[in-house]
Amino acid sequence: MAQAYTPGLTVTDSITIRKERRLPLPGRVLVSVGQAVSAEDVVAATELPGNVHTVNVAHDLNVNGEEVPRLMLKAEGDPVEAQEPIAEYKALWGIFHAVSRSPAAGTIENISPVTGQVLVRGPALPVELTAYIDGTIVQILGDEGVMVECGGALLQGILGIGGEAHGELALIAESPDQRLTAEHIAKDCAGQVLVGGSLVSLEALEHAREAGAVGVIVGGIDAAVLDELIGERLGVAITGHEEVGLTLIITEGFGELPMAQRSFELLKAHAGQQASLNGATQIRAGVIRPEVIIPHPSSAEVPPEPIIAELKVGSSVRLIRDPYFGILGTITALPEDLQEIETESLVRVVHVRSDDGDELTIPRANIELIQQ
Amino acid sequence: MNLEDIGVILATDCGSTTTKAILIVREGDAYRLQVRGEAPTTVEAPFEDVTIGVRNAIAEVEELSGRRLVDPDGRLIRPATETKGADVYVSTSSAGGGLQVAVVGLVRRMTAESAQRAALGAGAIVMDALALDDGRLAHQRIERLRQLRPDMILISGGVDGGEERRVVEMAELVAAAKPRARLGAKFKLPVIYAGNVAARPRIQEALGEATALTTVDNLRPTLEQENLGPARTEIQEEFLQHVMSQAPGYSELMAWVDADIMPTPAAVGEIIQRIARDEGINIVGVDIGGATTDVFSVFDGTFNRTVSANLGMSYSIANVVAASGLDNVLRWLEREIDASKLDNRIRNKMIRPTTVPQWLEGLKLEQAIAREALRLAFAQHKLLATGLKGIQQERDIAQAFDQTRAGEETLVDMMSLDLLVGSGGALSHAPRRVQAAMMLIDAFQPEGTTRLAVDSIFMMPQLGVLAQVHPEAARQVFLRDCLVRLGTCIAPVGQSRAGSPCISLTFADTGERLDVAAGELMRVGLTEDTVREVIIDPIRRYDIGAGRGRAIRTQIEGGAAGLIIDTRGRPLQLPEDPAQRRETAVAWAQAVDLYPDS
Repeated sequence: MAQAYTPGLTVTDSITIRKERRLPLPGRVLVSVGQAVSAEDVVAATELPGNVHTVNVAHDLNVNGEEVPRLMLKAEGDPVEAQEPIAEYKALWGIFHAVSRSPAAGTIENISPVTGQVLVRGPALPVELTAYIDGTIVQILGDEGVMVECGGALLQGILGIGGEAHGELALIAESPDQRLTAEHIAKDCAGQVLVGGSLVSLEALEHAREAGAVGVIVGGIDAAVLDELIGERLGVAITGHEEVGLTLIITEGFGELPMAQRSFELLKAHAGQQASLNGATQIRAGVIRPEVIIPHPSSAEVPPEPIIAELKVGSSVRLIRDPYFGILGTITALPEDLQEIETESLVRVVHVRSDDGDELTIPRANIELIQQ
Repeated sequence: MNLEDIGVILATDCGSTTTKAILIVREGDAYRLQVRGEAPTTVEAPFEDVTIGVRNAIAEVEELSGRRLVDPDGRLIRPATETKGADVYVSTSSAGGGLQVAVVGLVRRMTAESAQRAALGAGAIVMDALALDDGRLAHQRIERLRQLRPDMILISGGVDGGEERRVVEMAELVAAAKPRARLGAKFKLPVIYAGNVAARPRIQEALGEATALTTVDNLRPTLEQENLGPARTEIQEEFLQHVMSQAPGYSELMAWVDADIMPTPAAVGEIIQRIARDEGINIVGVDIGGATTDVFSVFDGTFNRTVSANLGMSYSIANVVAASGLDNVLRWLEREIDASKLDNRIRNKMIRPTTVPQWLEGLKLEQAIAREALRLAFAQHKLLATGLKGIQQERDIAQAFDQTRAGEETLVDMMSLDLLVGSGGALSHAPRRVQAAMMLIDAFQPEGTTRLAVDSIFMMPQLGVLAQVHPEAARQVFLRDCLVRLGTCIAPVGQSRAGSPCISLTFADTGERLDVAAGELMRVGLTEDTVREVIIDPIRRYDIGAGRGRAIRTQIEGGAAGLIIDTRGRPLQLPEDPAQRRETAVAWAQAVDLYPDS
């Protein structure tokens, strides 16, 4: 049983990518099968129920709940404007007079004779769903959405911040180990996805955002910089909803970590092309990785990679735990028996020759296979 | 099948990442764990069928035991023969994130808290508790319910014959939110109503159409009484009927089992309650996982469970540090570490959660974080394990009116705690058992004399569900194969200057006497299955269980870590000065032989 517990992230130039685009509630699908779409085209739309406002009519009119229905000026389903009277109480020829008004525009949804409360639902909130990638509609998912397909390059990161974005890839770093600092960010990078090297500074991210860049892809980031960017300490790797003005994709991890050569070369080869990216990450069961998709027509259909990859002597691996974090190497042996490591734990190990020529013994849980 | 005919038992636990199978075989009159197998859980895409993972875990059990359990058509072989099959198959599940419940009540510290206890006791994760006094506006509550997408909603509120209008108001809010079930988008969301019985017709009117509504007895029938049983049973029933049947592959798994599938934490709660009942003891159990930490307690027969979402050792490790503060983690370490490097290191564990510490410093750091995760989870538990003591145990009306003060009084009494059981990777797989013992002692700070144990391979869930079918087999395996006895902790309560006299301990059989000064840790070798009678005599400032300065005569059990005498004081005080604190940490580690370099 020679398995990599962390199968590694997909980095490939040629793969068929299918994206399910689903509305939060059923609605209208606006495209048909076979139709070519671009990333920003709206493919489906719906309306979410509006916000609900509660009006304590019984309190406003100083009556019991059961009296409220007969004092209503509006019935369930009636539209109302903001500050429009919805119920009125008059007694003794108008000497006692009270009015209850709607706090917002909307529709009367419910009149409760028990609580004397009236629910006013605000106008529906329109939701439009874009295609996200340049591709072709291959399936309609009833009244809930579509499946879009394209051929292209796919790069998965380890952690992302922010949601979907789309823009032109711009290579900023000259090599994977170059730091990305504020000086590297050009003023005319509006709408671009900037590709950096080993470590991005907070100033660089702020400059990129101010200049209108839609995304940044980089090898590493310091934990403190990430916290500063999102305005809180990131405690669990469930992301995608942050609103920080751009989408950030970290390919390797925390600290100064050169972007994997293969990832860098892939992005370099497609510089100037349009890319779709999404920072949404969920490192839990049912893992979701941040992604960069670069549709291009020459892609051939490639089957998805195996979920659990096999470790072999000669496999290229990356070490993913201190004190060797980030070191690349090649497996030289896969001993079957459990072995005691410095902590006195008995674990299954691999022997790895690092690219610098060091012979290392590493728990199998602490390596990541680099897909060739 | 008669209980005496059951010779081979297969049990699985479908966790969110791993499915674990155990095989229990009767040897003579005794039931023993024979082998254990595991495989990745397959609820999520691309498999989307939990039974694949179950079959794979069983296949590993077959391989290791040499016993064939599944026939070529993929069916379980039953009953057992000499070489193949099992007589009973049971399972628990927390796959797909477990059972997620939103609770709705009237007053946060009363009905909403009772509802929360009911849901937690049923093995659920409580996503949020909405109440009239939760500080939110009506539309915010509606928005929240809409975002949550729980598996079910539990509504409580009002004593029987009491407040009706406001309970209906909360139900109307639930209806207005039009909440959708997490699994099975086309199905109505199960809603359980366990409030004022007089409001039932109105609740039916408000929610009958929009949701799959069921009603059960009020969980707070009077101000002085809590009746959590019916709500808990209904939650588990709904879990099976609605939630599980929507999860991929579960309808097939439900057809395989000989007892209802239980939510994993409910099964753990079951076994802990049984042991407390059978042995007549107070227990605290903790399961520290990668994402969450569960704490269970039974004090004077009252069971409580809490789950601290986002306190865990891999997925949530960075959150533990965020919640406790970096300084609280650093205080357990023997060496100074650069804070920014440490921060990056912890985050890298968060994003690559399956990695293991390779060097000793890494292990020490993880164990320091584990102490904080356990400490915070236990603090949360103490806050919730409060107030009413469940059905049949009433308070008088004056106490009930004094809700705030009474509600803050925890039921957890560390001095009366008999057994502290830990499980989860950080505790069960600690390379030295004394490390697990010290993590438990530092985080929970047991008082008086307390037995310590760890669950060897975390099979409490399977034993909990097995206890429904064969309580004796579950009990035997729990005591013989599941629990690893670590030993006993003796910790007097009190404070005085380090080095001043604290307690003396005399072994009754040999007369051997140990004098231990304040501020020390001492470890005495006492092997498993050894029970010795001791007289523990504290000085006037300290209490060992009988009151300040009073001696006790008691029996203490040995274990893998032996007897640990902890005179560091309660509450535990660490030196303020960082350099002195590190020096002390080194001395304490040496005193108990904590690490290879100690």
